[in-house]
Amino acid sequence: MSYPDMVDTYWVYFLIGRYPQGPLGGLVLTLVLATLGLLLALPVGLVLGMGRVSPWRAIRWPVTALVFVVRGTPLLMVIFWAYFFLPSLTGIKTDRFVTMLLALVVFDAAYLAEIVRAGIQGLPKGQAEAARSLGLGYFRTLRLVQLPQALRHMLPSLVNQFVSTIKETSLGYIIGLTEVSFIATQINTLVFTLPTEIYLTLGLTYFLLCFGLSRCAYALERRLSVREHYHHHSHTPA
Amino acid sequence: MIQFENVNKWYGAYQALADINEAVPKGEVLVVCGPSGSGKSTLIRTINRLEPIQGGRILLEGHDIHARSQNLNALRSHIGFVFQQFNLFPHLSALENCTLAPLQLRGLSKKAAQEQAMALLDRVGLAHKANAHPTELSGGQQQRVAIARALAMQPPLMMFDEPTSALDPEMVGEVLQVMKDLARDGMTMVVVTHEMGFARDVADRVLFLDAGRVLERGTPEAFFNRPEHPRAQQFLADIRSPFASA
Repeated sequence: MSYPDMVDTYWVYFLIGRYPQGPLGGLVLTLVLATLGLLLALPVGLVLGMGRVSPWRAIRWPVTALVFVVRGTPLLMVIFWAYFFLPSLTGIKTDRFVTMLLALVVFDAAYLAEIVRAGIQGLPKGQAEAARSLGLGYFRTLRLVQLPQALRHMLPSLVNQFVSTIKETSLGYIIGLTEVSFIATQINTLVFTLPTEIYLTLGLTYFLLCFGLSRCAYALERRLSVREHYHHHSHTPA
Repeated sequence: MIQFENVNKWYGAYQALADINEAVPKGEVLVVCGPSGSGKSTLIRTINRLEPIQGGRILLEGHDIHARSQNLNALRSHIGFVFQQFNLFPHLSALENCTLAPLQLRGLSKKAAQEQAMALLDRVGLAHKANAHPTELSGGQQQRVAIARALAMQPPLMMFDEPTSALDPEMVGEVLQVMKDLARDGMTMVVVTHEMGFARDVADRVLFLDAGRVLERGTPEAFFNRPEHPRAQQFLADIRSPFASA
């Protein structure tokens, strides 16, 4: 079988797996998983990030411990926990997609927590002081003054985290989730004679997605820093 | 209105405020001056508990500001605070900067809060900039918005922490004018400033701090013409001709 024949035969399979006859798979599943993973990790990461900068030790310490444990663990381990440990703990056997999604959310939330923490701590101290001086409480200050600004600064980091998440979904392979890497391997098994071409195509697919998004993050960063520069300039005495 | 009773504050082994005993009656404009590092900013920041104190009491109309039981947010909403670096909220327009706290804390309707904010912006001469964001305003304009923002909580007293020190010289006047108008309207004010012209014209009383101690207190007339303490004499000589004493 030639490369064009292979592409012609399997491109739909590569994109969506067996859908609509079977479950959704392929590149679309990879993107759905990454998007859902990041969207669900975002609120969790926000809460954990707030916990990381909490003035109350009873909150800050356990959250910090959790974040450090997860960040010091390979994603593969988190996936194994979600796959083997969690069902034995809860008695509920989740399907592969939900298992992988859970692992991604826990893993990414820990990284997002650090992005949120940096975003909040990176703001000038005067912002919180001004808000508190008006009589706004701790949580109102966080919600109305610190987070809206921090989120803006975090935008490039969030896009970069999304890039990481896309790559992380390939580990779903290990638990038999039919994301794009798994599908590529299936195609390779069926075709048998074109492993180099198939895995180059897979690699290129990841690269184009991630490179494109990284460029977006870079452009965002530059746009934000231009505005930021203007902002600081007008604050600085000449 | 504000009463300092034996206030002491340390940063580690360094004593930032030493035995401060002072009273600011209602309607008074008190100017606090002194060389840099003298504790004048620290002093003003203890009044709304941005800085803790280790000894003594500060009373605001009889309420112990640093008492654990004190409702800090309610207390702070009664003290307007204006910062050297303005600290406007950059993600909000000038108008929104002035409506944020009243909407959250005074239970005003959106319409009422906006009307009040517009009136305040008009009072500081910036009604036409209501929809501008802080980045689009000059330093002087930002500081005037910051004053309007503080006034939006209708505080009975206002603190100013070197409000003109971060400004280009040509913008100092517009901010001082707003402060003069406030003082003329009877606002109780504590002002940390190096603007001796302002102190002369507006202050009822001047405090001179050095190394955390009040070395001199009196009317501007007495302070500027007959300073008693050598440190105060030196300080006044330094700011009058900054290059002469070196």
